[in-house]
Amino acid sequence: MALNKRAIVTGGTRGIGRAIVKELATKSCCGVLFSDVAFIYNSCDECVDEIRREVNSDETKIFGFKADASSYEEAEATVEMAVKELGGVDILVNNAGITRDNLLLRMTPEEFDQVINVNLKSVFNYTKAVIKYMIKQRYGKIVNISSVVGVIGNAGQSNYAASKAGIIGFTRATAKELATRNITVNAVAPGFIETDMTNKLNEKQKDALLQNIPLQRFGKPEDVAKVVAFLCSSDADYITGQVINVDGGMVMS
Amino acid sequence: MSLEEKVKDIIVDKLGVAPEKVKPEAHFIDDLGADSLDTVELVMAFEEEFNVEIPDEDAQQITTVKAAVDYLGKKIG
Repeated sequence: MALNKRAIVTGGTRGIGRAIVKELATKSCCGVLFSDVAFIYNSCDECVDEIRREVNSDETKIFGFKADASSYEEAEATVEMAVKELGGVDILVNNAGITRDNLLLRMTPEEFDQVINVNLKSVFNYTKAVIKYMIKQRYGKIVNISSVVGVIGNAGQSNYAASKAGIIGFTRATAKELATRNITVNAVAPGFIETDMTNKLNEKQKDALLQNIPLQRFGKPEDVAKVVAFLCSSDADYITGQVINVDGGMVMS
Repeated sequence: MSLEEKVKDIIVDKLGVAPEKVKPEAHFIDDLGADSLDTVELVMAFEEEFNVEIPDEDAQQITTVKAAVDYLGKKIG
């Protein structure tokens, strides 16, 4: 059997991140045979064993590391530990994210900073920490999880939208910077995906959202995870600097 | 192997250039075809090989083969 790819995923215990960890660990098509996965998480210690049980594979290894994604020092140390366990790193998925929704008139500077630090600064932290390994081996796949909100905006989410739009700029800049080293950098922009993050909305809000989704349903974390796995596979070797919307047709551009 | 030879080996390896082109006065970017990322990689390779830390301000001065040899010679002592 071919050697497993080695992946690091931030925000791996819940929602879309959890689906990504499972997809990368079990996917056996599109040139990614299997990946050993180290994920970084901040909440839900018990999720580490849960995910191991759910993946239930002898072919892949799964490691969980608790860290604050917004801290560069912790990112550097965590990536070093993860690389040691995995024996290297081929794939990075920057997925960690939070919301602190509020109308701008009420939003505190702390709410703005928190969201920017966890959602955007973490992308800088983990990308910077892994590329030295990827540059050396002349191979790497980086996928950053943005959001349709970063493309079209959303009232009450100026902090979140700014962080997710920032991710798109960062994706394109680093795609250009790292292309000569055979490292691709892409972003995936999910629309309305059913996770803990979006369950906070009430039925009325959900109905209103559905009106704008041509496919007439909300997405599942797996819908996003499959696109991420594709971008991490050799089938996507010629794709870099792109933003792929996974949103049931909400945004068309 | 002398320091000079080790430095030369790293440059040949990292930049993929012919050994005879790596003359002391050769400039990484102008003469050896390095891009900006190559120069950062070179400095990282020096750090690893000689087990030293090269601050960014110093790294920016290391633009030629001779500059690298002189700098590392001083640094290692």
